[in-house]
Amino acid sequence: MGRTLYDKLWDKHYIGDVDGDGLLYIDRHLIHEVTSPQAFDGLNQYGRRVRRPDLTIATMDHSISTRSTSLDACGPKNALQLKTLVENCKQHGIVLYPVGDANQGIVHVMGPELGLIHPGMTVVCGDSHTATHGALGTLAFGIGTSDVEHVLASQTIRQSKAKNMRVVFSGKPGAGVVAKDLILALIGKIGHAGGTGYVIEYSGDTLSHLSVEGRMTICNMSIEAGAKAGLIVPDDITLAYLKGKPFAPKGEAWEASCLAYNALFSDTDAVFDEEVHIDVSRLAPQVTWGTNPGQVAGIDEAIPSPESFGDALMTASAKKALAYMDLAEGTAFSDIPISHVFIGSCTNSRIEDLRAAADIARKGHVAKGVKAIVVPGSVKVREQAETEGLDEVFKTAGFEWRLPGCSMCLGMNDDVLHEGDRCASTSNRNFEGRQGRGSRTHLVSPAMAAGAAIAGHFVDVRTF
Amino acid sequence: MTPLNKVVSHVIPLLEDNIDTDQLLPKQFLTEISRVGFGKHLLHDRRYLDQHESVPNPDCVLNQQAYQSASILITGKNFGCGSSREHAPWAIADFGISVIIGKGFADIFYANCLNNQILPIVLPDEVINTLALRARQTPDAQVTVDLSVQTVSFDSSVITFSIPEHHRANLLNGVDKIGRTLQEHDRIKAYEVQNNI
Repeated sequence: MGRTLYDKLWDKHYIGDVDGDGLLYIDRHLIHEVTSPQAFDGLNQYGRRVRRPDLTIATMDHSISTRSTSLDACGPKNALQLKTLVENCKQHGIVLYPVGDANQGIVHVMGPELGLIHPGMTVVCGDSHTATHGALGTLAFGIGTSDVEHVLASQTIRQSKAKNMRVVFSGKPGAGVVAKDLILALIGKIGHAGGTGYVIEYSGDTLSHLSVEGRMTICNMSIEAGAKAGLIVPDDITLAYLKGKPFAPKGEAWEASCLAYNALFSDTDAVFDEEVHIDVSRLAPQVTWGTNPGQVAGIDEAIPSPESFGDALMTASAKKALAYMDLAEGTAFSDIPISHVFIGSCTNSRIEDLRAAADIARKGHVAKGVKAIVVPGSVKVREQAETEGLDEVFKTAGFEWRLPGCSMCLGMNDDVLHEGDRCASTSNRNFEGRQGRGSRTHLVSPAMAAGAAIAGHFVDVRTF
Repeated sequence: MTPLNKVVSHVIPLLEDNIDTDQLLPKQFLTEISRVGFGKHLLHDRRYLDQHESVPNPDCVLNQQAYQSASILITGKNFGCGSSREHAPWAIADFGISVIIGKGFADIFYANCLNNQILPIVLPDEVINTLALRARQTPDAQVTVDLSVQTVSFDSSVITFSIPEHHRANLLNGVDKIGRTLQEHDRIKAYEVQNNI
């Protein structure tokens, strides 16, 4: 029987069985300040060393300021956490890209853009959005801190094998419809837990219209459907993206690597446990209305009636969500005023995201009473945007232009929302309180967020 | 790791679906660099009426006297979804909970529980609904969870649950998984040599 790409990646990295778990080798371990201190603490407590510091890369992203490069900018607790990372990396010989470094950025933006992530790798990080790297044909997934410690100590992880799901996107998305809309539509279809227990392989002709950046947006949100990982078979677009990046293979090694990369695909007779098909040719830009990413609708639809879901639990969940979001069924998205806009996060802070947002920002000025911030995903993205003059576009239009970091996606720094604030956000989670206690988050694409900033309410960017 | 075997306790009914780890432990507590002391922040937003945790919300089940010191939590589907933060299970363990009986768990959270000697049990919806109703009506009613024979017992009911055998063995023995994996050094080394890593 044929194997899926996930099966092949599993087999390639499978060392053997340990007490019933599969022991998998990890090719790349990304770490950051929030989920690593307790792991290093554990190592030190047992007198263990980091087995492969050369396969481990650290950056700072979650708890840093987006206004200052000082580690002390967000108070003593954040500073201690950041300085602890510096100490741990120094002690164990791990390369760290701290705030201020030319390579610093959100871990899932920094890794691929430096060419640290190669097709066929296993990649882990103490962060649920690690599935982002699956866009390059890797098996990449988020882990907790105990497993971070396990990987640091052994360069392996103990896993049970997940099931295979294939999602087939077909059709060419219309103008103004982007990767974010595709993945939100998928989560709306299969539900917030629809991927639990699965690794999703995204496929279909639509992918040929998507850059690696767009594919990263899709894989990034696999976890929002509950999936362990999301991945995409590498193709010419993937190889063109990787070629020449600082840590990509060079010269003869590149040629040899390409042969290996081109062997990464699911066999035609591979069997998937589950298949989902989505025609995206008529898809509208998506906006979430609830408190999980599956509670989503097209911009041209209205807030749904909780009763429309048919299922008692989903109806109850929708009612609760609408109460929290202070929204009434039947309301048009264009009638929902917003107070904040956040353009950033590991989902949507890459250069093409900023270009799309800037294209809309050129059309006007941030509406009165709206606070809008743009937070590039990395120093490199920020520099590229500035080379293209996008920073001036944003600033002229009334957006704040910030330093790279996770920022308001989760608000571990001072970029937090307050009770009752309503935000059009390009991030990945609209959970209750995610961006600040009592705050309300609507997930959208970068262009849709920029449009909302200018109009002061949601707009359809296809006609804006 | 402390072995986990039999737990006899009254239960906390938190019968909701999709309780995510952001709710279980909000971001402002993620700046801590140790594993201890998170229990007081568990479900912070709904547990306290103020940011400083000085005004407990009487409506929150965790604050109600009848459920204090319980070590079993009952919940709905997709518990622990979202962020991989292990701070959430650390908070649950620190609060004193060692067994979570739910309709379903998110994958990363499930793994994090096992790594912290917390037993996640999936039971059918109707059993969960019964247990939650019973806990609300009779807060001191006891439930016995016996991992060695994989049963949840209450009143005259004995419900069997499934858990992969190796997870059961690890919990029963309180295995140091990292230490165990490091015994495989030779196999890991051989893999590295073979793959030129």
